[in-house]
Amino acid sequence: MAGIQNIFDISGRAMSAQLTRLNTVASNLANAKSFAGSKQEAFVAIKPVFETEYAAHAERSGIATVNVSDIVTSDLQPQRVHLPSHPKADEEGYVWGSAVNVEEEMVEMLEASRQYQNNLEVVSTLRSLMMRTVNMGR
Amino acid sequence: MNGIRDHFGLHDDALALRSKRNNILASNIANAATPHFKARDIDFEAALAKAMPSGPITTTSSNHITGGGNALDSSLEYRASINPSLDGNTVELSVEQMEFSENVVRYQTSLTFLNRKISGLMSAIKGE
Repeated sequence: MAGIQNIFDISGRAMSAQLTRLNTVASNLANAKSFAGSKQEAFVAIKPVFETEYAAHAERSGIATVNVSDIVTSDLQPQRVHLPSHPKADEEGYVWGSAVNVEEEMVEMLEASRQYQNNLEVVSTLRSLMMRTVNMGR
Repeated sequence: MNGIRDHFGLHDDALALRSKRNNILASNIANAATPHFKARDIDFEAALAKAMPSGPITTTSSNHITGGGNALDSSLEYRASINPSLDGNTVELSVEQMEFSENVVRYQTSLTFLNRKISGLMSAIKGE
């Protein structure tokens, strides 16, 4: 991967990291009320792991951006619920509900979208500054 | 050529330094959600003072330093956070956004000064 050089690398990668975060939130919310026949098959919420990626001379330039280094499953446990009418219910009438905390996901969604907007704002401000600098002396 | 460069004064150094600081603040904002990231910044006044020339100095050897260092070599420091978060991240969006918007305005100020100086030079050259 090419090095991090300018504002478009910094904020662009940060925006794609926040977008990955929003995608995991969407996947988690989509599976929030799904049921499975066994604990192993039940859906468990997924979370991105953010990691700082420094530019080649970060100690001098101070340039750093963010990368999603991994996507891990949450340590929440699937819930065993009594639903005898469900087609996947076992002989005792239990199914396994997905391990997703809906409130937590909503907060995550709000924060990720705000930070996406912040990065976008930085890019558009600096881009207009660049355009003015290019026209310097005219 | 030195005369033209001297005419710009510190504004060209200030502009380069403001641009560097914009990148640092953008990096802080990009890492607002990264655990253990420490927000960085530069001491603008100290860095600009570095670029200030300390008068004409006669050098007798090419190894002598003429004064007026490079402002862009200024060292980075860590921001002291007001409300540190549990995950070890010291980026506070309110602080970073304030610093960023101030820096952008000051960048534009330096740019305007430079533009005025350039148009002043141009009218002196044309002699109209």
